[in-house]
Amino acid sequence: MVNERLETRDDIIICRDVHKWFGDFHVLRGVNLTVKRGEVVVICGPSGSGKSTFIRTINRLEEHQRGTIIVDGIELTNDIRNIAAVRSEIGMVFQSFNLFPHLRVIDNITLAPIWVRKWPKEKAEKIAMELLERVGIPEQAYKYPGQLSGGQQQRVAIARALAMQPKIMLFDEPTSALDPEMIKEVLDVMRELAHSGMTMIVITHEMGFAKEVAHRIFFFDEGVIVEGHAPEEFFKNPREERTKLFLSQILTH
Amino acid sequence: MTTISETIQPPRTSVGILGWLKENLFSTWYNTLLTFGSLGLIYMVLRGLLTWALTKARWDVVTTNLTLFLIGPFPRDQVWRVWACVFVVAMLGGLSWLAWGSWGRRREGMKRVRRWMVVAWLLSFPLTIVLLHGFDGSSILPLVGTNLWGGLLLTFLLAIVGIVASFPLGVLLALGRRSSLPVVRLFSTLYIELIRGVPLITVLFMAALMLPLFLPAGMRVDKVLRAMVGFTLFTAAYIAENVRGGLAAVPLGQYEAARAVGLSGWQVMGLIVLPQALRAVIPPIVGQFISLFKDTSLVVIMGLLDLLNIGRSVVAQPQFMGLKREVYLFVAVIYFIFSYGMSYASRRLEVALGVGER
Repeated sequence: MVNERLETRDDIIICRDVHKWFGDFHVLRGVNLTVKRGEVVVICGPSGSGKSTFIRTINRLEEHQRGTIIVDGIELTNDIRNIAAVRSEIGMVFQSFNLFPHLRVIDNITLAPIWVRKWPKEKAEKIAMELLERVGIPEQAYKYPGQLSGGQQQRVAIARALAMQPKIMLFDEPTSALDPEMIKEVLDVMRELAHSGMTMIVITHEMGFAKEVAHRIFFFDEGVIVEGHAPEEFFKNPREERTKLFLSQILTH
Repeated sequence: MTTISETIQPPRTSVGILGWLKENLFSTWYNTLLTFGSLGLIYMVLRGLLTWALTKARWDVVTTNLTLFLIGPFPRDQVWRVWACVFVVAMLGGLSWLAWGSWGRRREGMKRVRRWMVVAWLLSFPLTIVLLHGFDGSSILPLVGTNLWGGLLLTFLLAIVGIVASFPLGVLLALGRRSSLPVVRLFSTLYIELIRGVPLITVLFMAALMLPLFLPAGMRVDKVLRAMVGFTLFTAAYIAENVRGGLAAVPLGQYEAARAVGLSGWQVMGLIVLPQALRAVIPPIVGQFISLFKDTSLVVIMGLLDLLNIGRSVVAQPQFMGLKREVYLFVAVIYFIFSYGMSYASRRLEVALGVGER
């Protein structure tokens, strides 16, 4: 019902009937989602609904057990080469930043370009500095992650993901672990990224951000996508009861 | 309008030495009692020890046998070979101190030097062994069999070879125990539990007595080499468990972030997980190395003459009868100096590597 339109060449992520079990627990119960190049998709839903597990199947941090996931024409199977190819196309930002604490900020960013893309160090560092400039903290390049504030760490994490020049960015609740005054600085970076034409899937409860930036918003519950529309439609005319209830909870508190 | 309140000094409860004394030694009546009790105890022990050490003790047993303590029965006309080894190691140590110290860190070109230093250190092992052992029939480097190695020299060789060989083996076993391949996991677990289940001295007995039974007839493995293998196999099992603890302490998010940026399995391990895991377990690993250093004295059961056993053989000589205390105290002090040195170095290393944790 959500993805009735046919898949086209423009579709960079295609998920068809994706299922996953954790032991006996059926986490993903047939997720269908197609994302176009340059599209910004926001996913929201209650905790434990499987939304986080779902976006982690897209870069194979979690394995799906049934269904099909195709990223930029490459199908995700157990083939390690496919997984490596897909991962180098996708950048991911985590709720808890997950910066490498033993490496300086600049080395966090250049690590993958040097070891995976085999760039010379000078080129990697030049691009890393440009990215730090872009996220607004070039002066932190030679510090260790532990010396930065949460908002700064998350911006470094975004720069680290961008350093691989990915076609897709996944955000898994990027602002949930941040103090209120730091949320804005991270959302600003993400907003700029969205306007630059990056394909993004964002799990967030920042509805202001979603309203402004997303092309489509999806409501995720109990392992399936319940419904999804353009922002205006999503907030004004949610069709399902569950969606209405959820929206009333997060919009009125 | 309110102004930011002035910063004020913390209250001063202690002033000068007297304040410190009052705070730390005489704060309560039982603390005072403890202070006087301890002082009395320290006085009694030190008085006895110092009176003996400065008046009665015959330290000439140490001075006359100093060479014996240091190198054992190593041929005296070949001593220059030991000095050459000491010189090489001291040179490398000094250069490394420069290259890795604050002076070298500030210079870009030192990076290549540091890489060469690692190579030089690795090469220094075979070099030392060849230099000490020599060749059969050579006129410049005549053979000095390992049965003539002894004293502090032998203790060092056993400990250093044990440390250097057991560390990589231990890391491999730790990785093996967490491997997804059942055979590798089973082998690593069995090995670790088997070795940890027996005392070191039995491992050495095995190396000394059982190993020849397994080897083909006519093939002989040098006694010192057997001891080195025994120490290495034993220590590796303990290192493996320490490292496993460090691996478990690395958060899952680190693996995920590393995989998400596209690193391969080996790169995730080598660049992200192991550096953090090893840093976390420096103290227990160094503790293991200190144990190993002291446990080298167990080679007595193989008839080798390390520092402690040289001491035993010295006090067994008729002219040094009744001088056990002098000799054993001297040996103990030597063990302490080097053990404490390792402990101190490990704390320095922790501080140097701990930058990222702040």
